[in-house]
Amino acid sequence: MAQPFRLARGGRIDRARPVRFSFNGRTVEGYQGDTVASALLASGIHLVGRSFKYHRPRGILSHGPDEPSALLSVDRGPGRVDPNNRASVVELREGLKTRSQNHWPSLRYDVGAVNDLLSPVFVAGFYYKTFMWPRTFWDRVYEPFIRSAAGLGKAPTEADPDRYANRHAHCDVLIVGAGPAGLAAALAAARTGKRVIVADEGAEPGGSLLHDVTSEIDGRPAAEWLKAALADLDGRENVVLLPRTTAFGYYNHNHVALAERVTDHLPAGAANAPRERLWQVRAGEVVLAGGSHERPLVFADNDRPGILLAESVRVFINRYGVLPGRRIVFATSGASAYVAALDAKRAGADVTLVDLRLEADCGPEPARLRAAGITVLTGHTVVGSTGRSRVAGLLVAPIGSDGRCGRRRRLACDCVGMSGGWTPAVHLFSQSRGKLAYDPALDAFLPGTSAQAERSAGAARGTYDLAACLAEGDAAGAAAAGSAERRPFTATPTPTGFQPVRIMPTDADPAKVRAVVDFQNDVTAKDIKLAVREGFQSIEHVKRYTTTGMATDQGKTSNMNALGIVAGQLDKALPGVGTTTFRPPYTPVTFGALVGPARHALFDPIRTTPIHGWAEAHGALFENVALWRRAWYFPKPGEDLHAAVARECRAVRAGVGIFDASTLGKIEIVGPDAAEFMNRLYINPWAKLEPGRCRYGLMLKEDGYILDDGVVARVSPECFHVTTTTGGAARVLAHMEDYLQTEWPDLQVFLTSTTEQWAVIALQGPRAREVIAPLVEGIDLSPQAFPHMAMRSGTLCGVPTRLFRVSFTGELGFEINVPSDHALAVWEALMEAGRPHGITPYGTETMHVLRAEKGYIIVGQETDGTVTPDDVGLAGMIAKAKRDFVGKRSLARPDVVASGRKQLVGLVTDDPSCVLDEGAQIVADPNQPIPMRMLGHVTSSYWSANCERSIALALVAGGRDLLGQTLHVTTPDGFTTATVAEPVFFDPKGERIHA
Amino acid sequence: MLEARYRTARALPLGRTDAPAPAGAGLPAPAGAGLLIRPAAAEARFSLRLRGPLVAAAGLPLDRPINTVSGDETRWIARLGPDEWLIGAAETDADILAAAAIADLAGRAHALVDVSHRNVGIDVRGAAAAIALNAGCPLDLGDAAFPAGSATRTLFGKAEIVLIRRPGPVPAYRVECWRSFATYVYGLLQEAAFGVGPLERAAAR
Repeated sequence: MAQPFRLARGGRIDRARPVRFSFNGRTVEGYQGDTVASALLASGIHLVGRSFKYHRPRGILSHGPDEPSALLSVDRGPGRVDPNNRASVVELREGLKTRSQNHWPSLRYDVGAVNDLLSPVFVAGFYYKTFMWPRTFWDRVYEPFIRSAAGLGKAPTEADPDRYANRHAHCDVLIVGAGPAGLAAALAAARTGKRVIVADEGAEPGGSLLHDVTSEIDGRPAAEWLKAALADLDGRENVVLLPRTTAFGYYNHNHVALAERVTDHLPAGAANAPRERLWQVRAGEVVLAGGSHERPLVFADNDRPGILLAESVRVFINRYGVLPGRRIVFATSGASAYVAALDAKRAGADVTLVDLRLEADCGPEPARLRAAGITVLTGHTVVGSTGRSRVAGLLVAPIGSDGRCGRRRRLACDCVGMSGGWTPAVHLFSQSRGKLAYDPALDAFLPGTSAQAERSAGAARGTYDLAACLAEGDAAGAAAAGSAERRPFTATPTPTGFQPVRIMPTDADPAKVRAVVDFQNDVTAKDIKLAVREGFQSIEHVKRYTTTGMATDQGKTSNMNALGIVAGQLDKALPGVGTTTFRPPYTPVTFGALVGPARHALFDPIRTTPIHGWAEAHGALFENVALWRRAWYFPKPGEDLHAAVARECRAVRAGVGIFDASTLGKIEIVGPDAAEFMNRLYINPWAKLEPGRCRYGLMLKEDGYILDDGVVARVSPECFHVTTTTGGAARVLAHMEDYLQTEWPDLQVFLTSTTEQWAVIALQGPRAREVIAPLVEGIDLSPQAFPHMAMRSGTLCGVPTRLFRVSFTGELGFEINVPSDHALAVWEALMEAGRPHGITPYGTETMHVLRAEKGYIIVGQETDGTVTPDDVGLAGMIAKAKRDFVGKRSLARPDVVASGRKQLVGLVTDDPSCVLDEGAQIVADPNQPIPMRMLGHVTSSYWSANCERSIALALVAGGRDLLGQTLHVTTPDGFTTATVAEPVFFDPKGERIHA
Repeated sequence: MLEARYRTARALPLGRTDAPAPAGAGLPAPAGAGLLIRPAAAEARFSLRLRGPLVAAAGLPLDRPINTVSGDETRWIARLGPDEWLIGAAETDADILAAAAIADLAGRAHALVDVSHRNVGIDVRGAAAAIALNAGCPLDLGDAAFPAGSATRTLFGKAEIVLIRRPGPVPAYRVECWRSFATYVYGLLQEAAFGVGPLERAAAR
């Protein structure tokens, strides 16, 4: 029989659709509608993993997202292998491959289980106590050991081939959870016509109604009510119902993040659909109806496979048609397990129920069970379990009136359902910054004061009775949607009696008992007690010392038990110990969902110029400058960077080079007060700059340090064409707008970014004029009519242009501004026209070398945010007559006017072939004791083909007074010597530029 | 400024509308997604900045509320702020439009800057258009919050865009971004087409 524990009827699985998957290489059969957990149980497989620390055999504890033990590696195909999937939430799919984790060589025979025998060694704080010394053991012994023990499962190594989607959504009411409370809320909110989103983490919406086969709502079986409710919601245009969608993060302003699992449950073939979708919902109001988690009981060997949560036993029976055992003992301190026991009995199991509570405290439930033929032992504790990799018996004992345990007896069984009561899922409420309030009657933290527009309903706020849940959900949904309408509900009463218990009373030596509190991190009750004995009193400290609640399940099943034990040890009331912080995500979220489509080309915008394609086609290599990708150099076959740049550099000075400068930032500054605005922002004077002329502008921050630079042309009396550095474009525009809007709103000036309107082609070299002459119309190119630092409008190749005669190379040069969509055509025409002149395309590296040969600074290379105009020798540009400009007052600061500031100088290495490292430190005497006094550092350094030697720029303390002196510069092996020089290495008189 | 005698037709960064999608733009939108994503043809655009009240310039209304668009597909004006408008027009109308605007604005402090080549248009149409846009745009694009005739500067993924919703029986949006961001914006829209999900989700609106 393929599925010996499958019931003949019942459940929401489809017995007509068998599904095969593999577990540790063995083929297992289940049905459509199963989870991996329910299918494993149907085949009688309980041992599914080894615990984290002690490698104890572990089974399936829960049916839901709180599962701490049954963590499997799931293989959905190449590149689609995930560790740590909870077997209870992975939907069965044909061909799925699953594996257990944390064992070697096999699940059944695990060498690591020796840890269990050594458990007295692995006490709380073991790592802190053990890995202290010797220091030398840290790198090779301790750290590798800790790292290998630091997590379960293996991270995938292949790139994820799946697609992940992102969606922003807005709604009036977001409802988290589609159990009875959530559905009632959804129905109430939906009726108002407002926009409603309902997210439920399950494959099917319904929550507890999916496994409640006995309750009635409004005179109908719960399942029928559910069907009708879903049909109602489905038929409404204003409702989006999202199954398989976990609300995992609650952020400011009702921004709630949901992870929707879109295709994992589908047979392979949904290839182009996203695997998961991240919903970023901004909700007017949020209703939290996420239900509650059942607490395990803490007794010796409570982690043996076959020991489940009581409600989970009920779910496997009623929802999945699986009987987890034939002889089931329920152990409980509350009434909910009685319902599970009745359902198990009805499904054909041999059932016994053990209740810690005294008969008198139990209400009518024991009598109902006995009437159904179930043995009920009230006033009994559980002191242990027997069996090896599957539970074979539960050891119970009566508790006498003196609180002592009576004689033990063994209840033979193959499955245990335990219940220590319920813990409302307040995670999202807590994430929303709402304040929790402890309710002693319910022994639970409940949502207290809200911090955002949200409300909780149902079990999520400690309401467990079905009719009450429905009424509360209805009220919450209606209120959230602004409706005063309320609907009454009638439903079968839910047994809700409960007595809190921390550790089950036992007759054994508590110091020797392994009673697990945190199943995922393998923390036992005695670990927590030890932590308290060692002085930890805050739950936040105990948590970190013992790691309880710190696994990926965030202690859903363990937190209240851990808190209770700490409070008990300290003899404090529970709220006095505090509660731990709930952080997103509620359950683990894939990296893919968080990353979404932001991968590869869509990770960041990659900005390219209109000439990019040409550069690619002509073999350019590229470098990143801000988000731009710029042509770095154009190697010919066989050339490396050095050879290509040397050739490009020579070509520019000997003939003509062509360079794509389109990435330069450009701002059109227009208005009657444009010149005044420029005067206030730049150190230079602008009032007298005539239309058609250019000026190199330097801009400071308020602290007097250089912010940006660039050539500015006055297009007309009221219009300036400003250029900025490539990386500074956005920053400069923001800086300008900031001043304009907040400091000088009276100025009649408008700023418009034209960076991308104009592509810029720099044509540089003695033959530049000859190349463009035949293409230009409407502009007199003669040196007299069109001198250096002038700008003319006209056409080039018939395309309107703003033609700048400017140079960043020291050669005769033009920067041709043309509308971007025409730039490629103009570039190609220039290449054609320049062919007879040996026109050479060059990239940013050559541009850098050529400007360094002339000592032109690059903001961000020669400057670092602490450099003044005088530091780089540009104080002469400051307009003396201006009353003020941004940064002016800071230039009078004592530290700015003091002597000894670092100044820009050239460095000439004694060995002309030695190219200094950029960033290399400079000292006067390399033999001085360490730490040496650093005089400054190299800011730019290149091999200059035109100078036939290395050149370097540096910032050196008092540098201009050191001209001709020898300094020492660090190299990878030590020091080399260099002479301080003027920062101009080529054409010092600057004659070529005026050609 | 603009001359009629261009040497070539404009080389648009996303290619002409009849040309295949540019490299790196991803696969085309899946059929039946209720979505058409198409790069716009070459158009003229101006950024207009102006303070003080004025009813109209070049026949374009300047007195409409912020975040609205007026006009039709051949000539439109979107008010993006108290003193800022984005104007779009057929490319052939550029010179006439600019001349008329300058005449109407004479004597007033203003800036009329040609940004025809800075901006790239992408048209997004279909029942799932808003869902695709919401893959990267965090705004509420529902009919109440962003009805036809709306226009705003916003984000699409990591790029700044201007989003315009045009009137019509089928939802139709114009995305305007800067030239060098066009490949990214277009690529992200194409990718978004795979994530729109079943059309029932249109109920999300």
